[in-house]
Amino acid sequence: MNMNASVARLNDSVGDETQRNEAEVAIDAKINSIYYGKFRAVRDSHVPIRKGEITGFIGPSGCGKSTVLRSLNRMNDLIPIFKMDGDVHFMGQDIYAPSIDPVLVRRHIGMVFQQPNPFAMSIYDNVAFGLRINRFKGDMDERVEGALRQAALWDEVKDKLKQSGLALSGGQQQRLCIARAVAPGPTVLLMDEPCSALDPIATRKIENLMHDLKEHYTVAIVTHNMQQAQRVADTTAFFSVDISDGQRCGHLVEMGRTNELFENPREELTRKYIRGEFS
Amino acid sequence: MKSVMSGAKNDDEFSPSAPSFYDVLSDRGVRWIAFGAGGIVVFLGLYIIFEIASAASPAIKEYGLRFFVDTRWDVSRQEFGILAEIWGTLYSSLLALLIGGSFGVGIALFLSQGYLPNRLSQIFRLVVEMLAAIPSVVYGLWGIYVVIPALRPVAAWLHEYFGFIPLFSTSLSGPGLAPAVIVLSIMILPTVAAISQDAFAQVPQKVKEAAYGMGATRKQAILKVILPTASSGVMGAIVLGFGRALGETMALAMLIGNVNQVSLSLFAPAKTLASLLASNFPEAGQVELAALMYAALALLFITVVVNAIGAYIMSLSKKQEAI
Ligand SMILES: Nc1ncnc2c1ncn2[C@@H]1O[C@H](COP(=O)(O)OP(=O)(O)OP(=O)(O)O)[C@@H](O)[C@H]1O
Ligand SMILES: [Mg+2]
Repeated sequence: MNMNASVARLNDSVGDETQRNEAEVAIDAKINSIYYGKFRAVRDSHVPIRKGEITGFIGPSGCGKSTVLRSLNRMNDLIPIFKMDGDVHFMGQDIYAPSIDPVLVRRHIGMVFQQPNPFAMSIYDNVAFGLRINRFKGDMDERVEGALRQAALWDEVKDKLKQSGLALSGGQQQRLCIARAVAPGPTVLLMDEPCSALDPIATRKIENLMHDLKEHYTVAIVTHNMQQAQRVADTTAFFSVDISDGQRCGHLVEMGRTNELFENPREELTRKYIRGEFS
Repeated sequence: MKSVMSGAKNDDEFSPSAPSFYDVLSDRGVRWIAFGAGGIVVFLGLYIIFEIASAASPAIKEYGLRFFVDTRWDVSRQEFGILAEIWGTLYSSLLALLIGGSFGVGIALFLSQGYLPNRLSQIFRLVVEMLAAIPSVVYGLWGIYVVIPALRPVAAWLHEYFGFIPLFSTSLSGPGLAPAVIVLSIMILPTVAAISQDAFAQVPQKVKEAAYGMGATRKQAILKVILPTASSGVMGAIVLGFGRALGETMALAMLIGNVNQVSLSLFAPAKTLASLLASNFPEAGQVELAALMYAALALLFITVVVNAIGAYIMSLSKKQEAI
């Protein structure tokens, strides 16, 4: 892909690092604390995201799943009161190092949001957006078609690529957003409850899609639906929130292979949560 | 009613009651007052148009459409036309829009897209809004005592070296189009800035997140996503700013020079419809009065059309957000 000099620099360092330790881990997040202003939202969580796998984040509402996910590609930098103590290594490079441009990080680590959020432009332009801002010089039509096929949307929109992305149904919009996110070829894809606004059929489509995405991308997905986590995730991270000292502070409780975590959790908290005794 | 309802319940328990006679009356009263106030406004608008039109009717009969292509305003010969004024009005307003509009949109972006810390941008916003509170005549005085003297050497230089360009084909000998346009730009800036700021504020957070999440730089997010998403609101702001520029009277009457001519030169004196009305009314005789009323009708027509277009574009942007 055609990118500017700083991109090339990060790409180089990424390349070096991979050669050095042939890492299994795409993103290694060691979070001591995340603060919103004075409020400590997340503490002591070490979350390794394994390469080429789907990692699911589950846990009760407010435990910091979105916060952790969004700190993996510096989306939280958009929130002025956000502060993090810890480091996040993306293939060996600390993405919070002062020399790293968050814009660059987000070009490598794409994101799909809870609410479908296509731009008020044509379907084609939505998908081409990331390619254009990366100054892609190759065959745009081919890349757009490829991305739409990957998002299992091509057949539904191939005759109306010039139509507004906002004119699609919610499920189609969400797949459009996935196509938009994969088009520039990110390494990792972060998804924050991508199916929560969708009906079961659209949800199934996106779940099937994720199995295909796994071949090309590393995926981390937040979900409230434990069946979904079991269906799609190879590894699952369970977060919880302790309310003991009057503060609500989220943290990672345990993380492991999905079937192990669901069948034989190590922690009592996890057991309770997946049995539905706790919410 | 109450007896039926309370039958099943304990008697001292609270139960909903029907609106009292007083509630009904005051509800109706408020509705009628609102209705009446709205009606009065509509009536007044129509009445004003009717009055102006009937006062203008002798001139309409006499001059017809010729009124709009004639540049003369000759009281002794009783020949009246407003081509020069229409030209002056549109030319000065368009130029002011070009300057004030782009600055206004720029300021709105600067203040709403996180370039400044919150506190500072609030102070800036207040300052810009205060520009709207300065009386027109003060702007006019400022133009006469500050802008014109400051502009004169610049104009002389431009005329001397670039006089072959029609924009600079005359020199500035006092009041003229350029100082009027500069002051007018500043006067419409708060309108454009405030309304386009609202338009930018209405771009949903999730759309901005999508842009930044794709790895857009701030410039890319603004130019490729935020500005297009807010475009109809910004267009509305610009059209309303234009409407304000068209109707501005006092400052222009003081600064534009009030000479009947159609010229491209920025430094030539010109005349606008509003300044024509303001300066000729006090001493007008019967025939001229009718002609002035005709001119007023033309100005009213232009501003109403422009404002209606602006309101329509704004309503489009509201609809779009509903999706
Ligand atoms: N922008 C913000 N400003 C301040 N506090 C925030 C912000 N975003 C999240 N928080 C707080 O951080 C904590 C974790 O929020 P987060 O959104 O990460 O939870 P979550 O696990 O994703 O919850 P849910 O499952 O409901 O989406 C919450 O207590 C929340 O109030
Ligand atoms: Mg969340």
